[in-house]
Amino acid sequence: MSERRIVIDPVTRIEGHARITLYLNADGQVENARFHVTQFRAFEKLCEGRPFSEMPALMARICGICPVSHLIASAKACDQILGTRIPPVAVQLRRLLNLAQIVQSHALSFFHLSAPDFLLGMDSDPARRNLFGLIEKHPEMARDGIRLRKFGQQVIERLAGKRIHPAWVVPGGVSEPLAPAAREAILAELPEMRAIAQRTLVWFKSVLHEFREEAATFANFPTLFLGLVGPDGELEHYDGQIRVVDAAGRIVADRLAPERYRDYLGESVEPDSYLKSPYYKPEGYPDGIYRVGPLARLNIADRCGTHAADQEWAEFRQLERGAVLSSFYYHYARLVEILYALERIEQILAEPQILGRHVRAQAAANHPEGIGVAEAPRGTLIHHYRVDEAGVIQWANLIIATGHNNLAMNRGILQAARRFVDGNRLSEGALNRVEAVIRAFDPCLSCSTHAVGQMALRIELRGPEGELLHEVSRGA
Amino acid sequence: MNAGIKTLRIDGRDVSARADQTILQVARENDIFIPSLCYLEGLSPVGACRLCLVEVKGASRLLPACVTRVEEGMEVTTRSERLDAYRRMILELLFSERNHICSVCVSNGHCELQSLAERLNLTHVHFPYRYPRLPVDASHPRFVADHNRCILCTRCVRVCDEIEGAHTWDVMGRGIEARVITDLNQPWGESESCTSCGKCVHVCPTGALSEKGRSVAEMAKRRQFLPYLTMMRTQAR
Repeated sequence: MSERRIVIDPVTRIEGHARITLYLNADGQVENARFHVTQFRAFEKLCEGRPFSEMPALMARICGICPVSHLIASAKACDQILGTRIPPVAVQLRRLLNLAQIVQSHALSFFHLSAPDFLLGMDSDPARRNLFGLIEKHPEMARDGIRLRKFGQQVIERLAGKRIHPAWVVPGGVSEPLAPAAREAILAELPEMRAIAQRTLVWFKSVLHEFREEAATFANFPTLFLGLVGPDGELEHYDGQIRVVDAAGRIVADRLAPERYRDYLGESVEPDSYLKSPYYKPEGYPDGIYRVGPLARLNIADRCGTHAADQEWAEFRQLERGAVLSSFYYHYARLVEILYALERIEQILAEPQILGRHVRAQAAANHPEGIGVAEAPRGTLIHHYRVDEAGVIQWANLIIATGHNNLAMNRGILQAARRFVDGNRLSEGALNRVEAVIRAFDPCLSCSTHAVGQMALRIELRGPEGELLHEVSRGA
Repeated sequence: MNAGIKTLRIDGRDVSARADQTILQVARENDIFIPSLCYLEGLSPVGACRLCLVEVKGASRLLPACVTRVEEGMEVTTRSERLDAYRRMILELLFSERNHICSVCVSNGHCELQSLAERLNLTHVHFPYRYPRLPVDASHPRFVADHNRCILCTRCVRVCDEIEGAHTWDVMGRGIEARVITDLNQPWGESESCTSCGKCVHVCPTGALSEKGRSVAEMAKRRQFLPYLTMMRTQAR
């Protein structure tokens, strides 16, 4: 007889706007689950007709949390349109900026958005289960998170002039060299940041056992993992080549040229979401489901390449044989990556040529097409442009990191909903767990944040005719 | 007494001026701010943007300061509620007419339209935006013309005609349809008269004309050269 639905709208403590629909069967058990991204942005269309040289800064406007990721992927695509190799100092400066972005974004995701679930509890009062509740109950932890995020944002400001939407990354390199004072200021703060990263890792590892059930059901299933790795298989965020690893941890494909992404990545469009669903072509749709982002990067890499992070990485990979499959461990992977990023920032700043003044290559539009691929905090980000002879954009295609994870997020909320949601006895904590699956992926759905979770969460239970059977609301 | 010298009052201040000077010139000499967009020292004034309108005692209407000569005993008011309201309205109309999107503009932070809007406390545009579909002409090897950012001040037209002597730029169409064009509405890159001197780019108050390859907020313009060029050419004649 009746099919009923539970709608979670909006999903809170994520970046952007989304809705979850849970479909119940006659027994009140979850039959299916869908994740809908409800915003339409159209950046691929609105950039048509603009000179390519504006693209990095224009595309950075996609997001206020990770403008740097779009700056970098876009500038790399534009470098290909120029047809130049950018100066080596510019490569390292862009790398620094990207690492700073990873620190601030991961800190935001872990401390501001998800730590309330870990520290206050999945079932705690939703009115207090947010950053303010965290500040009240665990001020040191909240302070650590704010300090770490501030550090990342300040590195971005010191390099690029401002924290959000800097225009410093340009086709051909960057617009200004690194100032010696900025270098010293960053180096001076690094020891404190490393201490924060390390003590948070120690604490998180000590409480992992409390989340055994979440780890077992938060998108915990075999998928492929995809991302960039460096020339020696090490963790890489700026350059490198694509590697695909299966659930057993075996390399399925290696050294794939990022520019040829269309050969091995397909994109399907679902009727109920503005987010595209990419899949790995050799496996077809939907079997080619794969995950990207911190968890995937630690699964595909042979090592991190920095001392302390390598130790943490080895311990992390002990969690499971083969690849680490539970998306709950995205949080853990984020902490390892923060540590890695801090170590890499220190290494790069120590390079003698980092203060070099030659940071930009000048050229005109020499090629009709450019593809830029980089690792954003949330995963592999692809910008692909075509220009006319005058360098005016004719066509653009973007695959945003969050998009890669779309299939896995859908399957993940179904898994968690089946475990925790009973349609006959709705509990707020159960629905929070369904949201927390999405939060584990840290999707960047657009550019707005609801870090405080002040938007109302509405859960509706509807009958087959659409009549409202039951409603639970919180927040606001 | 020197008949060539006039004395007048601007905002209650007694100032003196040569008889051939305009209110705007005298005000600027005395550090009195009157907003303007189409006026540029070194080019002939056209009184097109109407931002420099001032109140003159005894005159029944507002007068554009850039083309109004000083007169003996004139009493000029450059700031009043009425003038502020008109000026803001003019700016709002300019913003609503085309696609002025400061955040992703090559001239962000270096734009006269943007800085005037800040200075005149423009917080909202009360007219509906027109969002016209306008082309970007990137056919020139060194420069780009983006009609989305053009305010039709005609500085480019005047500098090309009066200083460079090429008269590549002109205005086509009327009213809301008006547009600056190169030669006979050919792509800039195909213009036979353009000398690629770049003066038009540097006198342009917005991001409408820019150097190719400039990224967002990178197009700072240099205009100091203009009065010197004008002076040297006048002396050479």
